[in-house]
Amino acid sequence: MGLETDQPFLTVSMNKVVNWARKNSLWPATFGLACCAIEMMASTDSRYDLARFGSEAFRASPRQADLMIVSGRVCKKMAPVLRQVYDQMPDPKWVIAMGDCASNGGVFNNYAVVQGVDQIVPVDIYVPGCPPSPDALIHAIMQLQEKIDQERFSQRY
Amino acid sequence: MQNSDLMSERSTTFPAGIEVERQHDPDTGADTMTINMGPSHPSTHGVLRLVLELDGENVVRCTPHIGYLHTGIEKTMENLSYYKALVLTDREDYLSNLCNNLAYSLAVEQLVDVVIPEKSQVLRVLLNELERIASHMLWLGTHALDIGAMSVFFYTWQDRDLILEIKEHMSGVRTKTSWICPGGLRGDMPSGWYERVESFLNQFPKRMEMYEGLLSNNPIWLERTRGVGVLTPQDALDAGLTGPSLRASGVAWDLRKSNPYSGYEQYEFDIAVGQYGDVLDRYRVRMEELRQSYEICRQAMKRALAMPGAPVRTNDRKIAPPPKAELDTSMEALIHHFKLFTEGYHPPVGEALGVVEGPRGEKAYYVISDGSNRPYRVRIKGPSFYNLQALPKMCEGRLVADVVAMIGSIDIVLGDIDR
Ligand code: SF4
Repeated sequence: MGLETDQPFLTVSMNKVVNWARKNSLWPATFGLACCAIEMMASTDSRYDLARFGSEAFRASPRQADLMIVSGRVCKKMAPVLRQVYDQMPDPKWVIAMGDCASNGGVFNNYAVVQGVDQIVPVDIYVPGCPPSPDALIHAIMQLQEKIDQERFSQRY
Repeated sequence: MQNSDLMSERSTTFPAGIEVERQHDPDTGADTMTINMGPSHPSTHGVLRLVLELDGENVVRCTPHIGYLHTGIEKTMENLSYYKALVLTDREDYLSNLCNNLAYSLAVEQLVDVVIPEKSQVLRVLLNELERIASHMLWLGTHALDIGAMSVFFYTWQDRDLILEIKEHMSGVRTKTSWICPGGLRGDMPSGWYERVESFLNQFPKRMEMYEGLLSNNPIWLERTRGVGVLTPQDALDAGLTGPSLRASGVAWDLRKSNPYSGYEQYEFDIAVGQYGDVLDRYRVRMEELRQSYEICRQAMKRALAMPGAPVRTNDRKIAPPPKAELDTSMEALIHHFKLFTEGYHPPVGEALGVVEGPRGEKAYYVISDGSNRPYRVRIKGPSFYNLQALPKMCEGRLVADVVAMIGSIDIVLGDIDR
């Protein structure tokens, strides 16, 4: 079988190893919209240190990112841009709707604000709060990691 | 708008990336190129979109496009009672929440004609200055980050987080506290709050020294900022600039001195004024403001500590809710509480203007009452909107790389511009 070797080796399912790699290096796109973006920035600072969970590398170009954190209210003028940024991200990609506004419009039930970003892009995790504290965002990222762990890697390519 | 509309519009509007278009001027032989910066760009401080016409590396024309964060806040406030509309003021300029609260409260207090207790005035000043420090800390971190000094960001956010924790200690939330409300404050400070502020203030001068050490004499920093984006006093006044950006051009105009509110006339402080009106001066003015804010905080702390147990809310039960303890014993208090939070109050017909000196400049709320329990109209004057007008003037003839330095130096917040 060709397994006779004096080098140590490990057998593992492809699913496990791919998901392990994916979930521990989620690179978010720099996509700050409103107040929640400030808390998103706070979660990368030296006190909250998102780097502990492998997500500190915010990429300015969506081409290099695999996580979109929609941080704040999306108004109707911004919606096409948001979708464009999402489309520019390579697969596999995930979306976190951070804050009440991104989740369902929040306090702004009016003519200008998209009532939930899930009308434009598929959302994986919703984070409640106005704004959610950095801890809440970190929790959301950990939840997303759990979710990725349970996916079949071939579903997203 | 339907989703399908949003999608079809997508193909016709500008994309988020860079779009290039070339023009050739046959008369001069010049080739210019139009590129699109934003609205999804890391150094436009939010969702600002700039259309830059370039001749090589030089900016020929810069056109800011705004509205990507228009939230309809003014209109939404018309549908809420005066007390409830307060929460929206936190959400427009999201880096100066307490200053917005104060401007709105000043306007509503004029309408209902209520006098608020002395201690709440002192605490309002204290909270406003803390907010100013927090906002300038964020500005310093992101401005330095844009220019390329990464580590400053990590230090300034530590200080900002300390202030957010001070706010969390008093209200339970880190940023949007709505703690300053028409009629005074939502409540008195909890135990241990003053000690927390004290310990923040104790370490602050040392931190300021460190920031100065990191940047003020840093040759790269000086190179990138000196002589860049010069605004003469006349330019600044013509564009309607206010706040530190105006003072950096040499115009000594600060509402805290010229038109004091909340008892600012009782505090000793100087206003920082620049000389040349370039990016470096705007940096220096804000650094000096931080030190002056520290002085004001110290004075306000002394005053607040001298008034333990004094009321922080007006006794007028029509405007401010009764203390929680009274609700269990007094029927009247219960009725007042219920009335205030369901119906609110009816100010007499009239109009009022509340103006404060926010971290970015003059923040004004203009409230019109038609005698009902909701404002007939609320107009918000955001300083960032006016400060942005100066950007095209500054950019013309400069290099592309300087544009980010200039955007950072006028300290815009898109929530304040678009509302
Ligand atoms: S959820 Fe709250 S904090 Fe976040 S963008 Fe909306 S209003 Fe701002």
